[in-house]
Amino acid sequence: MTRSRSSKGRLGALPLLVFFALVFGVPALVLVAGAFTAQGRPSLANLTQSLQGGYLTAMIGSVRLSAVVAVLGAVIGTLLAYAVVASRSRLLREAVLTASGVLANFGGVPLAFFWIATLGNSGVVSGLVGLPSGSLYTFWGLVVVYLYFSIPLMVLVMAPALDGLRPQWREAAANNGATAWHYWRFVGLPVLAPAMLGGVVLLFGSSFSAYATANAMVGTVVPLVTLKIASALTGDVLIGYENIAMALSLDMVVVAGLVMAIYLPLQRRTSRWLH
Amino acid sequence: MNAATATSAADFGGLDKLVEAAKKEGQLHVIALPPDWANYGEIIEKFQAKYGIKIESETPDAASADEINAVKTRKGQDRAPDVLDLGQSFAISGAKEGLFAPYKVQAFDKIPEGQKEPTGLWVNDYGGYVSIGCDAKKIKTCPTSFADLLKPEYKGQVAMNGNPTESGSAFAGVYAAAIANGGSFDDIQPGIDFFKKLKDAGNYNPVETTPATIENGETKISIDWDYNNAAYAPQLTAKGIDWKVNVPSDGKYFQMYAQAVNKDAPHPAAARLWQEYLYSAEGQNLYLKGFARPVLLPAMTADGTVDQALAANLPAVEGEPAFPTTEQVDAAKAKLAAGWDTAISG
Repeated sequence: MTRSRSSKGRLGALPLLVFFALVFGVPALVLVAGAFTAQGRPSLANLTQSLQGGYLTAMIGSVRLSAVVAVLGAVIGTLLAYAVVASRSRLLREAVLTASGVLANFGGVPLAFFWIATLGNSGVVSGLVGLPSGSLYTFWGLVVVYLYFSIPLMVLVMAPALDGLRPQWREAAANNGATAWHYWRFVGLPVLAPAMLGGVVLLFGSSFSAYATANAMVGTVVPLVTLKIASALTGDVLIGYENIAMALSLDMVVVAGLVMAIYLPLQRRTSRWLH
Repeated sequence: MNAATATSAADFGGLDKLVEAAKKEGQLHVIALPPDWANYGEIIEKFQAKYGIKIESETPDAASADEINAVKTRKGQDRAPDVLDLGQSFAISGAKEGLFAPYKVQAFDKIPEGQKEPTGLWVNDYGGYVSIGCDAKKIKTCPTSFADLLKPEYKGQVAMNGNPTESGSAFAGVYAAAIANGGSFDDIQPGIDFFKKLKDAGNYNPVETTPATIENGETKISIDWDYNNAAYAPQLTAKGIDWKVNVPSDGKYFQMYAQAVNKDAPHPAAARLWQEYLYSAEGQNLYLKGFARPVLLPAMTADGTVDQALAANLPAVEGEPAFPTTEQVDAAKAKLAAGWDTAISG
């Protein structure tokens, strides 16, 4: 009886597995095969090249940008979410969460143009605050722009987690003589940690893969790996760089894998507190 | 008569028969033809009206690489593009890969040598010079040379239409800058160095130029094809912007795009009729109306079929254009791919 149920259950998962094999498996195989092929022959040349010179600079630039955005976005987003949840105002909460839902999905060229029109060389606000020319088109300018969608994303992740912090725990801690610091150190943060870590990974991923905004705003002034992939794959200029683009994509997969490899054990460790 | 193997209108038994066959197909599938680029919007409209053939225009903003991909990945499908408008090097590499059908339009012999593949696998259609567009109301003196662009008065102003490792016009901008700074078709390095200097002087503006960024004042100076810059001008006049176009005196670079027929075109007769239309006096003058210099311009000037008023609207250029060879362009691209980021980033 149990046996037949489990095999039926497996059958039910079949469509999903087929979907995954087609949509993720096949492209992944093509990607790996392409990355290891140069001039029609198996070769490591693409991978070697993808880890040198301008390509390496771009990879480092992407990792640095994503890490900075992820950490800043996580900290600011958590504080913001806490402020909203702690306010106990239903209206504020609904307003912030709705706005976050919209802003977290604001990206691409419209986002770039929004910032150019605001803080660009002839932006509406740049004149008022006396921003020197070109300051938006730098690494830190891009960080600010990415935070614009990353912080709302973090708020969305953290609000439900913060709801999980029961007021009773704080009261119990206070009754036992804990200070606010003690409460956060031994109760609050350990409970929030899995959600926060998840948020950091999510933010890292969304900045790491972002492309259109950076392309319209900074071009190649801030080297990013997604821009290098785009140059190699499309455009009117370069021919025959497709396999390097695949090698670069494979490098990105490896970086994302490394981030997950750090995240998963930490997450498992911290989630122990919840049980 | 098999339309897919016809190499000229004569194979159909004359242009009228070609029109008939194309009308029977009733459709043409094009890709990567932006309506505001070289007047393609109007060309498409006029063709549809003239022959009653419906044009399905897909992803107008696609690049040459996307066009080649579409030909390869949709082989045998009804959605494959019938005709292609390609950057020169993509036309050459596509012909090598055997993706195109040889077709000679009626005006084939009038097209100058070097602007066509001898059997008609690709034929150049229109082109332009690298130019400097400038918002004359906001910029006191518009720059007329690459040397001018380094002046401190243009701080944060000098933009391009994209990134030179992707955008053909930006790549041409670097090539032109090389010529302006002691380089040659064989040596693009001085161009890369020039943009580094421009960046170090604080004049380089990395924002990709669009009519919107010009209107907003973010890109007051833009290096782009003269037909793009010139086509922006009337649009911008309506919005109170005086957009001036200069072909730089120290770095002239002219390049043409090429036209090709997909070998496996789902609408082979319509594809060939489209070619005939583009290389007819009517089609060529429509390019001219979009400020692009059509390949038959010299021939049409000689035989009087050119629209004089339209020709007079083109930004002025002195001297005859010279063209780099494919090998020279490929070498320049490799150099740019390796050196651009390090020069411009940071």
